[in-house]
Amino acid sequence: MMADDHDGTTSGEAAETAVEKHASSASPGVAVERADRIPNPGFPPERLRVTDTDPAKERAAERTVSGLFLLSVVGSVLAVVAYFAFPIVEGDPSTIRLNNLFLGLGITLGLLGIGIGAVHWSKALMHGHELVEERHGTRGSDETRAKAVEIFQAGNAESGFTRRSLVRNTLIGALVATPIPAIAIFRDLAPAEDPIALLKHTMWEEGVRLTRDPSGTPIKASEVTIGSAFHVIPEGLTELESHKLEEKAKAAVLLMRLPLDRLNEREDRQGWSYDGIVAYSKICTHVGCPVALYEQQTHHLLCPCHQSEFDVANHAEVIFGPAARPLPQLPITVDEEGYLVAKSDFTEPVGPSFWERAL
Amino acid sequence: MRFTGWAANYIDERTSASTAVKTLGRKIFPDHWSFMLGEVALYSFVVILLSGTFLTFFFDPSMTEVEYEGSYVPLQGIPMSVAYHSSLDISFEIRGGLLMRQVHHWAALLFVASIGLHMLRVFFTGAFRKPRELNWVIGFLLFVLAMALGFTGYSLPDDLLSGNGLRIIDGMIKAVPLAGGWISYLLFGDEFPGTDIIPRLYVLHILLLPAILVALIGAHMVLLIVNKHTQFAGPGRTNDNVVGAPVMPVFAAKAGGFFFIVFGVIVLIASLFTINPIWNYGPYDPSPVSAGTQPDWYIGFADGALRLIPPHLETVIFGYTWSWNVLIPLVGLLVFLAAAALYPFLEAWVTGDKREHHIAERPRNNPTRTAIGAAGVTFYAGLWAAASSDLIATHFRLSIEGVIHALQFVTVVGPFIAYFVTKRVCLALMRKDREIALHGFESGRIVRLPGGEYIEVHEQLDDYERWKLVSYEEYQPLMVRPDARGRITARQRVRASMSRWFFEDRISPVTQRELESQRH
Ligand code: FES
Repeated sequence: MMADDHDGTTSGEAAETAVEKHASSASPGVAVERADRIPNPGFPPERLRVTDTDPAKERAAERTVSGLFLLSVVGSVLAVVAYFAFPIVEGDPSTIRLNNLFLGLGITLGLLGIGIGAVHWSKALMHGHELVEERHGTRGSDETRAKAVEIFQAGNAESGFTRRSLVRNTLIGALVATPIPAIAIFRDLAPAEDPIALLKHTMWEEGVRLTRDPSGTPIKASEVTIGSAFHVIPEGLTELESHKLEEKAKAAVLLMRLPLDRLNEREDRQGWSYDGIVAYSKICTHVGCPVALYEQQTHHLLCPCHQSEFDVANHAEVIFGPAARPLPQLPITVDEEGYLVAKSDFTEPVGPSFWERAL
Repeated sequence: MRFTGWAANYIDERTSASTAVKTLGRKIFPDHWSFMLGEVALYSFVVILLSGTFLTFFFDPSMTEVEYEGSYVPLQGIPMSVAYHSSLDISFEIRGGLLMRQVHHWAALLFVASIGLHMLRVFFTGAFRKPRELNWVIGFLLFVLAMALGFTGYSLPDDLLSGNGLRIIDGMIKAVPLAGGWISYLLFGDEFPGTDIIPRLYVLHILLLPAILVALIGAHMVLLIVNKHTQFAGPGRTNDNVVGAPVMPVFAAKAGGFFFIVFGVIVLIASLFTINPIWNYGPYDPSPVSAGTQPDWYIGFADGALRLIPPHLETVIFGYTWSWNVLIPLVGLLVFLAAAALYPFLEAWVTGDKREHHIAERPRNNPTRTAIGAAGVTFYAGLWAAASSDLIATHFRLSIEGVIHALQFVTVVGPFIAYFVTKRVCLALMRKDREIALHGFESGRIVRLPGGEYIEVHEQLDDYERWKLVSYEEYQPLMVRPDARGRITARQRVRASMSRWFFEDRISPVTQRELESQRH
């Protein structure tokens, strides 16, 4: 594109006439167009840089720039040296830090040397005048547009796209139909089962022992003291050949003992607890984080993800935060050896809500 | 020199490169510090591509379970996915691996941040106006893609923290009416977490999303060249010219140098500051979680939106569950993003201005737009702060309930306050500009008049300085007028009331006549 060097005020007039010349025909809408606007004063007189006037300064700037470029070379060399001079020694994490630090600093120097040098070169030494380039409207000229219309019309006439409507419409139909197989073949992104059924069951069933997470050792009722909280998984989870995490993501449970006078149990859940010991799903009913923080004093469970708070003393109902539903309760009892066991699976789906959850 | 000539000729005879050089070589780019924000975004993306390519040579996205045998002692013997194992190996076994991981992560944070700031610059200066509305939309898509790339990348190491992020995504997807459970099942290839999600995200992260991103960056750049860059008002600068430095050599040197500076600063940060120390978190396990963990900053607003919803919002209708506690934030954010994407079209409709605009406005000179922007920023900031509600509460020893309620207030009422205050401030600034343009500024020189009175001498601006203060666009509210058939359409009425909302309060620029009468 044409770019004119402007020198001070003279081209100011040029700028002004440009405004007149291009005063576009497009509607200004509700813009106010005044006749007595203050006119554009044109370009101010140019200011010279010290490097333009003082040859000594110019030479100094030249030296600075090439010095920076040299520094960059030094940095790159240092980076390679650091790569070999600071190897990672197994079992010594500090060597990783040193390798990271010195390799990084070398590369940094290599990059910043070039960067700062080039910018300084452009600012101090390159021809510093501002240049002016004219803008033209974005739209094509009338001829160009007429030509484009002509081409489309010719294309239409020669193919008969509008005229042969049957051909056109069947083509559109075919194009709409082709992506359908692409959608269908995504079905096998997951196995054939019905996910909704899977969501409604966990590993828990009658007689399954409550065991510690992650060791898998069973828990005696007598071990659960007031104020303690156990992170619990169903017995057999650790031995699973597959789907260990998937089952854990549904079956994780928290176990706590509350003083009997604090425990407020629902009528229909009589017998779900054992001697003040209650078990609740650890999977937040909001969007599924593990509700891992237990406050012994208040018997509140706090979800660290979005701070939903559940009151264990009152069947884990929501007292704060975005969760909508209480944590599902796992009915428990003890077996003849005194170990805590489940009385059944959860009686409702655990974790976040889904469309078919209540069905 | 002979070689250069020969090579140039060789290439031109085969590519017509001289045409490109002729058209683009002396293109003019105006200069302003805020124009560099977009450049930072572009350059950090190049850094992301380079460091990311290095990482792909060593990363293995498989979710097969293995036992850790690497050199990081605390995790030895612990079962984990191959993906997590190989992320640890990149950090601990490969020289420069940790550096590249950190470069990649820091550059990604900077990438999204600079896009965000660049968008704010474009918004507040009205640089999205005709003919750049479509480029605004492309830029918006780039922003969304950048966040998607960030999130998919963040998930790849399969550590405890990123796994929890995926768990949250899973929970949100499940809340989608009709198909949520199915979508989650298909996405994860099984029940959550399954063994497919990391490889799938990996393909999205290194292939599909970057390909779209690169294509859109290309389109963004082409339109930038076609439309030419906006410039701020200044003496000699008009709507019909571009004033600045030519690509060859000044802009090329400056921009090229700036690329190296951005790259260098990212590497410097990466060599000094640890980011995402996955070895501290351990492999993903659905059961443990640590308090006080944070997502990457750009996910904060979505996470915060989830936190600010009051309890118990869920209804069951005919047996089907509507999880409003997830759907409201989700839809709210989509509406917010859509509003940002479509704003240029709204403003164009309200003003009815069909002219091209190449002068970047000073934010104060369009008070309503600037106020709307400030309201949007406040809304976003409220959500964003909410993502750290627990940290704010523990750090300042406040109750979490108090923090949440305060941020609910900021998010809901804050935007209105911000709108009102910003608009007033803009108008006050315009009034002050007008005052200065007319009467000059206080020189600080006190003079005693013959009558004994003291006055401070006002010094007039010269024409060049004044130009900045008087050369802005002014709009007035639309008058409702009956159309050709003598009717006033509802559309017209809406447009009129919108334009009243936009332009009722306005300050006209100083005119030539006012200036002259002031002088005499
Ligand atoms: S997942 Fe527990 S509060 Fe959101």
